Amino acid sequence: MLAELAQTAQSGKTTTVAASLEAVYKNYGEVRALRDVNFAVRSGEVVALLGPNGAGKTTAVKLLLGLMQPNSGKVRVLGGDPTNPENRMRTGTMLQIGRVPETLRVREHIDLFSSYYPKPLPVKEVLAAAGLEKFVDRKFGDLSGGQRQRVLFALAICGDPDLLLLDEPTVGLDVEARRALWDEIRNLVERGKTVLLTTHYLEEADALADRIAVINQGAIIAEGTPAQIKTQTSGKRIRCITSVGVASLRQISGVTEVKEDREAVEIHAIEAEPVVRELLARDAGLSGLEITSAGLEEAFLALTQESGRNGNHVTSSST
Amino acid sequence: MSTAVIPASNARSLSHTVTIYLKEAKYEFLKNLRLRVYTASVISFPLMFYVLFGLVLNSREAIGGTGVPTYLIATYGTFGVMGASLFGTAAGLAADRGLGWLQLKRASPMPPFAYFAAKVVMSMIFSGIVVALLLLLGISFGGVRLPLLQMAKLLGTLVAGSLPFSAMGLAIGYFAGPNSAPPVINLIYLPMSFCSGLWVPYMFLPKMVRQMALVLPPYHLSQLALGVVGGGRHESAATHWEVLLASTLICLGVARIGFQRDQGKLYG
Repeated sequence: MLAELAQTAQSGKTTTVAASLEAVYKNYGEVRALRDVNFAVRSGEVVALLGPNGAGKTTAVKLLLGLMQPNSGKVRVLGGDPTNPENRMRTGTMLQIGRVPETLRVREHIDLFSSYYPKPLPVKEVLAAAGLEKFVDRKFGDLSGGQRQRVLFALAICGDPDLLLLDEPTVGLDVEARRALWDEIRNLVERGKTVLLTTHYLEEADALADRIAVINQGAIIAEGTPAQIKTQTSGKRIRCITSVGVASLRQISGVTEVKEDREAVEIHAIEAEPVVRELLARDAGLSGLEITSAGLEEAFLALTQESGRNGNHVTSSST
Repeated sequence: MSTAVIPASNARSLSHTVTIYLKEAKYEFLKNLRLRVYTASVISFPLMFYVLFGLVLNSREAIGGTGVPTYLIATYGTFGVMGASLFGTAAGLAADRGLGWLQLKRASPMPPFAYFAAKVVMSMIFSGIVVALLLLLGISFGGVRLPLLQMAKLLGTLVAGSLPFSAMGLAIGYFAGPNSAPPVINLIYLPMSFCSGLWVPYMFLPKMVRQMALVLPPYHLSQLALGVVGGGRHESAATHWEVLLASTLICLGVARIGFQRDQGKLYG
C-alpha cells in the first residue's frame, strides 16, 4: 500500500500522508506487540485500526504520539518525528486512561488543555461538539462514565488539531452517545481533519472509516475499504442435524468453523452452496437445515482466529 | 503537484508560554485546594500540633532561650513545609503516572517542564500558607513577638526550603505506585521529622538520634528557621544550605533515573 502511495505521489496527484508506520517492530520484553507493521493515514481520511483486545492497537497509537520509540522501523506524523512539539500542536488524542483529576471542573480541564495549542477552538464550540454544555461547571469526579468519556473527547478536539488519534473512543458509551460521537467525528472530517481511530467494533469501523486495517497479534492481517473487508470476512452460517462428525465437517473445503449446539451443528463457511452440496452428498438423512448470513462480529472473529492459526496475512487487498 | 506537509509557524511566543505555566500552576493549586484530604492534612496537622504543644501546653516555657511558641513555629513550620511538598508532588505524580493522566499530558503540546514547575510552585504556595497561619496563631495566642523583617525572613526561608522536599517528592513519585505512594511518603516523612527534632526538640533527643539528624534535610531546614528567630544551635547557615542543596540534587538525580526508567518501561 505504501508503494501505491508513492506511485500516486509520483504521478502528480496530491496525496499527503498524515501519519505512517513503516516496517515497525515493537516489543515489550518478550511480548512482540507489533511485527512488521506498515500502514498509513492520508490527509483528510478516516482510518480505523480494527482488532481484538491486545492486538497492538494502543501500541500503534502510542508510537504515533511519540510516547514510545519503535524497536525498528519508522514512525512519521505530519511529515516529521512524532516527538516534535510542533507536530503535537497539530495533533489531538483520546487515550484509555484511568485517571483525570477529579476536583477540576470540565470548563477548567478544557481551559488548561486549550492553552497548550496555538489556535484553540472557542470553549463554547468544544462543549457543543462534545455534548457537555450542561456539565460545564461540574467537577470531573461528579460525572458519569459516558460524560467522562466526552470530556476526554473534548480535550482531544479543543486545540483544533489537524490530526486526531482516538484510541477506542466510544468504549463505555451507550448507543445514543456513541452515535452522537460518530456524528461529531464525521463533522470533523468534513472540516478537513484526519482521523485514526482504533476499535474492536466492526460496526464502528464500518460506520466511520474510509479504510480499515485489521490487526491481530501485532500484525496487519487485512486492509481495505469497509466493503472490501466485509466481502472478505462475511460468510454463511449453516445449521443442521447430521450424522457427519465434527472432525469430518471441518475437512470440507470452505468451512471455517464448526460448533456443536445441542443436537445440531453450526457450520461457518465462506460460501454456503458448495458446503451444503457436500453435506447432502455425505448424509442423505440430514435434517433441520437452516442457512443464514454470518453476523459481522462472528465473521471478524473467524478472520482473526484464522490469522492466529496461520500466523499469516489472511488476504491481501488493493486499496 | 505533490505537496509536502508544511507546518504553519507554530513556535510559541514567550507570552504564550508564560500563560501556559501560569495556568498549569493555577489549576494544580485549585486541584489540590479542593482535595479535602490534602488541604486538611497539610494545613491542619501542623496547626493542631502547634496549638496543642505550643499554645495549650508549655506556652510559657523556653527552649534554650527561645520561647516555646516561637520555637515551635520554626519546627512545625518545617514539618508543614515538608508535608505540603512531599504530598503535593509525590502522591500526585505517582497517581498521574500510574493511571495514564501523565501520558495524555505528554502526548499533548504541554511543555513537560510546566508540569513539574506547577507542582513545585503549588507546594511553595501551600508551604507559605502553613507558615503564615502558624505565625498568625503564635502572635494571636502565644505571645509571639517578632519584627516584621524576621517574620518575612522566616517565611522566605521555609518557602525556599520547600524545594528540597519537592525534589524528594518527585523522586518518591517516580518510584511509587498510585496506591502505595501515601503510605511510602508517611514512612519517610514521619520518622524523618521525628529524628530531625521537629516534634521533640533536638536537644531532648537521644544521642544516637541526634547524630542521625545531621544527615537529614529537615534538621537543617529547621535549624535555619530557628536561626532566623534567634534559636537553634547557632551553627553556620552556609552548612545547612549546602546540605539542603546536596539533598535536592541527589533527589533530582533519583527522579531523573525514574524518569528514564519510565521512558523505557511504561512508555517503551
